[in-house]
Formats: sequence, structure tokens, C-alpha cells
Amino acid sequence: MCGIAGLFLKTPDLEPQLGSLTAAMLTALSERGPDSAGFAIYDAGRPGHVKLSLCARAGFDFAAFAAAYDVDYMIYDDHVVLMVPVARLALVQAAVAGHEQITLTAAGARMELFKAVGRPADVVRRFGLERRSGSHAIGHTRMATESAVTVNGAHPFSTGTDQCLVHNGSLSNHNDIRRRLMRADMRFATQNDSEVAAGFISHEMRQGAGLGEALEAALGALDGFFTFVVGTESGFGVLRDPLACKPAVMAETDDYVAFGSEYRALADLPGIAQARLFEPEPARVYFWQRAA
Amino acid sequence: MKPERKKGAGDAAVIDLGAMALRDVNALLQSLTPGTNEIAWRLTNPRGAHALAVGITAPALVSIEGPVGYYCAGMNNGATIDIFGNAGTGVAENMMSGIVHVHGDASQAAGATGHGGLLIIEGNAAARCGISMKGIDIVVKGSVGHMSGFMAQSGNLVVLGDAGEALGDSLYEARIFVRGAVASLGADCEAQEMTPEARAGLTALLRDAGCNAAPDEFQLYGSARRLYHFHVDHAGAY
Repeated sequence: MCGIAGLFLKTPDLEPQLGSLTAAMLTALSERGPDSAGFAIYDAGRPGHVKLSLCARAGFDFAAFAAAYDVDYMIYDDHVVLMVPVARLALVQAAVAGHEQITLTAAGARMELFKAVGRPADVVRRFGLERRSGSHAIGHTRMATESAVTVNGAHPFSTGTDQCLVHNGSLSNHNDIRRRLMRADMRFATQNDSEVAAGFISHEMRQGAGLGEALEAALGALDGFFTFVVGTESGFGVLRDPLACKPAVMAETDDYVAFGSEYRALADLPGIAQARLFEPEPARVYFWQRAA
Repeated sequence: MKPERKKGAGDAAVIDLGAMALRDVNALLQSLTPGTNEIAWRLTNPRGAHALAVGITAPALVSIEGPVGYYCAGMNNGATIDIFGNAGTGVAENMMSGIVHVHGDASQAAGATGHGGLLIIEGNAAARCGISMKGIDIVVKGSVGHMSGFMAQSGNLVVLGDAGEALGDSLYEARIFVRGAVASLGADCEAQEMTPEARAGLTALLRDAGCNAAPDEFQLYGSARRLYHFHVDHAGAY
């Protein structure tokens, strides 16, 4: 199972509604993934700063941590987003990496990433997704089949700055790919197959590939079942394996591109009755970009 | 015998799926008996609901106004069901008789295991269209995805557009007609010469589905019957 929702806005008009629309899409996919949920959201960011998305055990004193490094922050339930000036990024990252109570979930100029165990409606409410604005968002509702229901096992996975991936399916050669990527200095936080897919795409892009090229490479390298939705700072990509075992429905208008595991996730989007609805084809790379 | 479209009696009853629970809607439609006068129904606001209008056993005329989810019109036995929108996985699966008409695209496994009736898809059908079909007739006016007609046992699959990879893999006695290009044939599926009987069947189906296409534009594909019994000479085909 699992559910995927993604919304990529082509114009600024709907940006104030991005969070509320994405929250509704994820909630509609509760039956496909009732055990945990997560999302990445891209907003304008702040020039000269990188956002670090962190989560910590309940009761952790984020304010004191942020004050110690003199960085602005926003608390969202058990997550915090630190707004770190680029000049102090290495220092703060080292502090986070060495802190046993904090887990870094993502870093980005524009991307923030949140995930938690619980029903999707509760998760999006805890993190205040409905009130967020931005240019694109990608979310996932998880029904774990092979590994434990934990925050670390929830999607999205981020393995590169401003990059994230959600996955419905299961890979069969992820251990081999993980070993190869680790020899190329990629680091992984979990044993999860989906994180390997994210890492593969991040590695390709680190070598200079564009989003479309990275997805093409993933099609050749990854074996198994997958429907991926991938976000970058300015891009949005979709890829299904050649057998297309996992469902996908897309809608496109002049204002947005939307992805849902089922049409139910898209039913409340503005202008959906006039949208071009289509099922993305197997083994075909789809991606959209807008000016960063 | 080919299903016929039946004329409705009077105005259709309208059911708003935003106001009535899906199970109640299905129970109501399933309670209709073959002699009912409550023929015509309009279902509004389907919003991608799953298993809508399944298991109807009366000659009802059901019009669904919007996209539907999985298994819509499944097990249909005698109703004429129009879907004005796209359909999710398994539309008209295991249909026994009647007509299901998708006025949009269909997702995977359209018409799966169908025993009878006619499924018409105005747009494209995704992978595995007509998988394990057992007597249903399927007319797709667009293209079909990979593995369509997999293990199809009887009935006819008519494709006006193209077919994806492994068409008719492990085919039994269903007939497949394709007007466009075929990406590849599956195991034991072969191009065959159009027989007069096959041509007559195709002509009738094109007429029933409202297609202007000429039968001569189609290529017939059928089973080469090499996989029915194990034969060592055919080991490479398994």
C-alpha cells in the first residue's frame, strides 16, 4: 500500500493555499497509509541561509539549542526548523550530528521536511501544514510492510540539499546500490530501500545530472516495484517502474501539476473538473521545473 | 447474444454520493430486481469512490457523473453503466452481462476476468487490459498498456490504437484485434489471418461500440497453442 500526494504550482496564485491543499490530499490517502506520514514543503526561504529540519524526543529544549548557536528557529510539535546563516552552517551541522537527542531530517535553502508516526490527519495538524504556503510539496502516507513503524522509516527521505523522495513499492537491489553509493561517499541513516533510491538520485545530481537525467539513470539501475515522486529546489519529478504495479494518477492545469496514488487525493483541487487527468506511463520520466 | 442498450422509463433518479453513503447506494442498486420500473439512475459526486455500482443484477441504466476509483461496475449482470470520467483499476472486473461504457481513460486491469457483456473505453486503458478475460468483449478506442490480454480465455479485445509490450501473453482462446502498432507479442501470441467468423464478430463489436473504423484495418492476434501442453520442442517459449 502507501499513498503519495504531490502538488507543484506553476504560478504564484495558489501558493498561499499550498499547505491546505496538500494537507487535504494526504488526509484523503489515510486508508492507504494509516501508520505514519510525512511531507516536504518548499517555500521562499531566506537569502544567505540554509534551513535545517530536525526532530527530537518530546520535551527537548529546542529554544536553548537554537540560542546556543544564535540561530532563528520555528518549532512545529517535535520538529524544529533552524534558519542557519551559511557562514555558520558547518558549525551547527556538526553540533546536530553529534547530538544524540536530535535527528536531522533534511537541509535546504527552501525545503522543510516533517514526518511522524500517526494517522495522516493528525500528523499534518501537528505540524501545521494547513497554514503553510509555498511553491511545491510532496507527502506520503505509510503502511509499513517490511520494516518497523518509526519516524525514521517514514517518508519523505532526503539525501541531498533541497532534495526529497517518496516511494510506493519495494526495491530488490537496494543493498547492492547502497554499498556502491557508500563507496562514493554517500551516507545513509537507515536500512530502508526508499532511502537508497533517494540517495541514488542525489548522487546522480551531485555528479551533474539534471532531475530528468537522474530519473532516467534510476530507471536503469533500480530493480523492483516503485512509484517515486521527487522534489528538488525548483523541480518535481515522477517515475514508475516498467511493470507499474503501484498506482498513480496525475492532474495538470495551467496552475499546477498534481500527483495522487488515487483520484480521491485530487478530488478537491481547484479546477480539477477541467484538469487534464492522466495515468503516468510505466518507465517514462516526467518532470517539471520552475524558476528557482 | 450481444447486449442491447435499453431505453429508460421516465426521468432518472439522482443520487448524490456526497449525501448518501457508498454502501447504501450499492445496496439500493443491488436490491433492484430484473422486473423493476426504477430503471434510470444518475450518480453525482463520485469523487473517485471505490467499488461503486458493483454487483447490479437488474437491467438498470446507471449514469455516473465524474471519475471513479477501483472496481467500478464490477460483477455487473445486466445493467448499462456509463462513467463520465476516468475509471480506476479493474473497471467492470468480472462482468457477467450488460454494458459498461467509460467516457474517459481506464486504469489497469480493465475488464479483468469478465465472463460476458461489453466494456467500451473511449480513451486509453492502462496495463493488463482484459487480463484473464473469460467471454467479455472489450473495445478500447485509444491504446492499451503492457500485458493486455494476459491469459485471456475467451471473448474479444478490440484496440483501435496501439498495444504495449507482451500483448496476449499466455493467451488461450480469446481474440485480440489491434488497429495500431503492437510493441511486442507475449509468449504464444501470434498474428493470425482474419477468418470470416472473426471479421463478422469484429464488425458487430465496432458497430455496438459506435466506432467508424473498418474491420480490414485491424490485425487479428490469437493463441499459437504451443503452451497448452508441455512439449520439449517448445521449452524456449515458456
